[in-house]
Amino acid sequence: MDFQHSEDRRMLADTLRRFLAEQAPVDRRNAAAYGDSGYSPAVWQGLAELGVIGALFPEAAGGFGGSGFDIMVVFEEIGRALSVEPFLGALTVGHALAAGRRADLLEPIIAGTSIVALADAEPQDRGPDAPYATRATPDGDGWRIDGAKAVVAQAEAAALLLVSAQTVDGASLFLVPSDAAGVSIQGYANVDGGRSGEVRLSGVTLTADARVAADGRAALAAAEAAALLALSAEALGAMEVAKAMTIEYLRTRKQFGVPIGKFQALQHRIATVLLEVEQARSAVINAADAFDHDQGADRDRRLSAAKYTVGATGQLVAEEAIQLHGGIGMTWELPLSHYAKRITMIDHQMGDQDQHLQRYIALGRAA
Amino acid sequence: MDLRFTPEEEAFRDEVRQFLVEKLPTRLSDKVRRGLHLTKADMEEWHAILNARGWLANHWPERYGGPGWSVVQRAIFDDEAARAFAPRLVPFGLSMLAPVLIKYGSEEQRRHYLPRILDGTDWWCQGYSEPGAGSDLASLKTSAVRDGNHYVVNGQKTWTTLGQYADWIFCLVRTDPTAKAQEGISFLLIDMKSPGVEVRPIVLLDGDAEVNEVFFTDVRVPVENLVGEENKGWTYAKYLLTYERTNIAGVGASAAAFDRLRATASSLTRGGRPLADDPLFAARLARIEIDLANMATTNLRVVAAAAHGGAPGAESSMLKIKGTEIRQAITALQRRAFGIYAQPFVPEALEEGYNGAPVGPEDANTAAPTYFNMRKLSIFGGSNEVQKNIISKMIVGL
Ligand SMILES: Cc1cc2nc3c(=O)[nH]c(=O)nc-3n(C[C@H](O)[C@H](O)[C@H](O)COP(=O)(O)OP(=O)(O)OC[C@H]3O[C@@H](n4cnc5c(N)ncnc54)[C@H](O)[C@@H]3O)c2cc1C
Repeated sequence: MDFQHSEDRRMLADTLRRFLAEQAPVDRRNAAAYGDSGYSPAVWQGLAELGVIGALFPEAAGGFGGSGFDIMVVFEEIGRALSVEPFLGALTVGHALAAGRRADLLEPIIAGTSIVALADAEPQDRGPDAPYATRATPDGDGWRIDGAKAVVAQAEAAALLLVSAQTVDGASLFLVPSDAAGVSIQGYANVDGGRSGEVRLSGVTLTADARVAADGRAALAAAEAAALLALSAEALGAMEVAKAMTIEYLRTRKQFGVPIGKFQALQHRIATVLLEVEQARSAVINAADAFDHDQGADRDRRLSAAKYTVGATGQLVAEEAIQLHGGIGMTWELPLSHYAKRITMIDHQMGDQDQHLQRYIALGRAA
Repeated sequence: MDLRFTPEEEAFRDEVRQFLVEKLPTRLSDKVRRGLHLTKADMEEWHAILNARGWLANHWPERYGGPGWSVVQRAIFDDEAARAFAPRLVPFGLSMLAPVLIKYGSEEQRRHYLPRILDGTDWWCQGYSEPGAGSDLASLKTSAVRDGNHYVVNGQKTWTTLGQYADWIFCLVRTDPTAKAQEGISFLLIDMKSPGVEVRPIVLLDGDAEVNEVFFTDVRVPVENLVGEENKGWTYAKYLLTYERTNIAGVGASAAAFDRLRATASSLTRGGRPLADDPLFAARLARIEIDLANMATTNLRVVAAAAHGGAPGAESSMLKIKGTEIRQAITALQRRAFGIYAQPFVPEALEEGYNGAPVGPEDANTAAPTYFNMRKLSIFGGSNEVQKNIISKMIVGL
């Protein structure tokens, strides 16, 4: 039993933390996150050069990491710095491609030269096993795609979109250049920084090799597993910072002649935050372990357990952090408020706490 | 025990409803329902409509322009107006300053200021909080030093809601720096156009600019603008806090927001079934509904006690805590309902007349900003922690 990250991972975390603290402190992060492109291309290139993207993938896929704990370490730092760089796209698309045995396509992703985005969710909700509304039909030697994809992170920045679409054989994944004829993107800012977009595909024609995973479900399951772990770790990192900022505030803000941290009512509140964040850390560790060692429903249950935990804990932490700061906690100027927003909105990505609680129950029944 | 209103009260409710149907402009109720930003002109428009009917200052004594309503009638009106998505009344002049002037001001001040509140000539804002004086309001530092027929004011107020629109600010200022904290404070009315007053907006986390910092540099204020006696301002400020406010729980506003939430839940699907049928979502919805029904009765119990002359004690703290918790729970669930579509932030969509392509279902883009904005409910007006201190002091008595 050993609950220390390996030496290599600790170094990776340190390097990443130092780089982001220097290159993307909150004011610069906010300028980029709420700016025209929604992230900083310079920071992204710097991170790629540090090898951070490579750490998300195994050697077989051209990386030098790719285990659950690598993903945890990287995304916890992303959460700590509120990084809005397009990591989640690289992670999900990369893992989907690797699962679809197209690791050959990963090189430009790992180098950071090709920004990619997973375009899976659709504007119309659908049942768990229901077909996609987005359809891919054979067109000569290739394919033709029609449909729409919802809230695609960094859609405007992405050179390539990994699009899920229904074919006669079931769901498949297609790599679609974002400048292909028939692709249109309505971009917008996100509440928590960064940009996303609505993607419309009408009569987009693709060559045969654009279908990178005929069995889309298996490839998507790999992407989803990585994303759940990553988002959970990101939430953990952001919660750690929000907690630390709140503790610091309790120590320094004075009312009634004493630091407000002297009030027992607030001491108990921050104590609850602390113990729930520790529980969330354990949930993320469990998820990282599951990512590496478990398969199928066992793995997915522990991933859902983590996403559920950070969803529930996230709301507690974000709300308490704002509340214990009083009015100042509601201001744009205070970095804390941006942490609170990011923590909250993670519960809106890839399924919220309720959905993961129900998935956890359903997977347990099936087992 | 009888939960029914009297026939007279029911008739009054009908009259209010009829009035709202006839006089509340759909343009305004639409904006409120959809959570769009109200402009200064919007708020003034609604005030003017109510004033024309004599219903604007519904808790003022008749001789100053109140309609002479009972506590119950006021509660009925507040409830119906909120359910009809009427704009919230801007409280600063109407419900904060006016009661103080009525109780402690000079007759001259009442004759001058009250009509101007009614007809909208003066927009007031509240200058209590300072950077160093929030919950501990009595530690405020903004000073007013007597110089002939003027006070010279220096210092800073903050969190001043809608101060950017204000003509006047009522301030707590320190007039005796040597006295005990609560005993050296005065209540001063300051013209925002005076030289030396500067207003700077504070942007909140949802990008909204509804609060401000107000700086005072050698601002000369005529001594007639003092309310009541010098150094008695704390008593007046406290009167405001205990001033019986039937609407503090915001039952009507929460009921309206809940209806909208329920409509959202039945118009959306999640995982292939109606969101309202999702067992966990349904449970969240039901818990809020039950809490709200309970609070409606708690609120009426307090109203009934007030109607029989019961002095509000811990009740107003209780209603403030519970009311804000419920409202916040509604906004949290409204945010949750939209799933991925709560993330897109389209601030233009919060303004009237936005014609851009909508992102996601109706109302999706206002849900998260509203949720974040409503975190303020448990912070201002005496934070919920401070309210609990008040309750526990009353009941434990230690
Ligand atoms: C959107 C908004 C609008 C506002 N509008 C106005 C306005 O128009 N005019 C105006 O004058 N003010 C206004 N306020 C200010 C508001 O009244 C203060 O924010 C409030 O009094 C809290 O003060 P603070 O922000 O300094 O927090 P602090 O007092 O510093 O409190 C920080 C935390 O400590 C807690 N705390 C403090 N003391 C105790 C205690 N003894 N026991 C337990 N917990 C405690 C608080 O509950 C809070 O959680 C507004 C605030 C907001 C957020």
